[in-house]
Amino acid sequence: MKDAGHLFRFAGLFVVAFLVFLVVRGYVVPKTFGQYGHYRGAAIGEIAQHPVKFAGHQTCEGCHSDIADTKTKGAHAHVNCEACHGALYQNLPAPPPPKGNLYERFVALIVPPPPPAPPILLHADDPATVTPVKPDTLVLCARCHTASAAKPKGFPQVDPTQHMGGVPCETCHNPHSPAIGSDTSASPAAGGAK
Amino acid sequence: MNISRRHMLILLPAAAVAWKYVEAGEPEASPNYQMSEHWWGMLINIPKCIGCGNCVRACQTENDVPDGNFRTWVERYHVTDTEMTTPEVISPDGGKEGFPVAQEDAGKYFFVPKMCNHCADSPCTQVCPVGATFVSPDGVVLIDQTYCLGCGYCVQACPYGCRYLHPTKHVADKCTLCYHRITKGLTTACCEACPTGARQLADLKNPNDPIHEFLKTHPVEVLKPQMATGAKAYYYGLDGSVR
Repeated sequence: MKDAGHLFRFAGLFVVAFLVFLVVRGYVVPKTFGQYGHYRGAAIGEIAQHPVKFAGHQTCEGCHSDIADTKTKGAHAHVNCEACHGALYQNLPAPPPPKGNLYERFVALIVPPPPPAPPILLHADDPATVTPVKPDTLVLCARCHTASAAKPKGFPQVDPTQHMGGVPCETCHNPHSPAIGSDTSASPAAGGAK
Repeated sequence: MNISRRHMLILLPAAAVAWKYVEAGEPEASPNYQMSEHWWGMLINIPKCIGCGNCVRACQTENDVPDGNFRTWVERYHVTDTEMTTPEVISPDGGKEGFPVAQEDAGKYFFVPKMCNHCADSPCTQVCPVGATFVSPDGVVLIDQTYCLGCGYCVQACPYGCRYLHPTKHVADKCTLCYHRITKGLTTACCEACPTGARQLADLKNPNDPIHEFLKTHPVEVLKPQMATGAKAYYYGLDGSVR
């Protein structure tokens, strides 16, 4: 056995190298890597944290139930609010980046992390601060209803230059229920959504 | 206690390893959303699409998509009677501001909204050298942008051209199926903004989702089925000329 000492010393070196490998690996590989597969499991939760900008028609209908009622009777019943009004949000100032521990700060020096997404304030959360801009119907309506041979045949289409001659669409049509002669009580002119 | 230098050298790293695992703790969990209960896809109804570009603009707004890149876009096909295999395809700025008026002439026109197909066997996730892109347990192809190197292999591997390299982040970017929305019970931004219902988010694991009735009663198709990608963007009314 006295001649085998050098083998044990050599094996000890391997053990030390393996332990060093485990330490380095423990620091370098993210904690959730491999949780669901060959990727960082925590990434799924991070992607799910992105701010929402389109609040969804259910949110709008919570306050604007009169317009929702008007819409259900017309051809635009299934056109969601934000399809025309757009996403009603406002970017807030970005928060300072998190400080992190020594290792994370060291990594941030080498690979600067992407700036954090600015927080979002929705019209539904603060109706006074985030106010919608009234869409220009001459542009908005024409986007969908300008006649083109490429559009489905059953879809209502007009030639904007001949149909109204520059008169805004809402003069005759209530955008929320566009058939002429339909209920106009929720039209902008009658004090509905502006 | 008498510890030799050699023992100390062996013990220190061992203690560091042990402490690292003590510190790691349990992985974070999402309390209100169970990934195992969902399997997401999309239904695209081509005869309903009017090419207004609402979906493209909504996606750009919701996801801060840089100008000139698209997570979703709309193509307009023009197929003449005898030129089935060589259709004329246009997509000016991804169809974001709509399309030029088409004059009535020979052949047919139709719009094809395109987006990530969220393939179950996606070629793009298989080529990633670092595990930065993956199919989530609920069937959405996602990118971990803090892990992505920006090598662009996945951009080349996607048979549908649905990925791009982000011009300022220098990492791959693509449709997340609005993962931040669907996990909160909302629909995607493109579905929310589509005025004709040409797009419909589908949860294939939800037995009450109307997608099941639609798939049973309508002929649907996926893009490039010969590539066996397990695409989950189901197209109704897809013309054979679409590539």
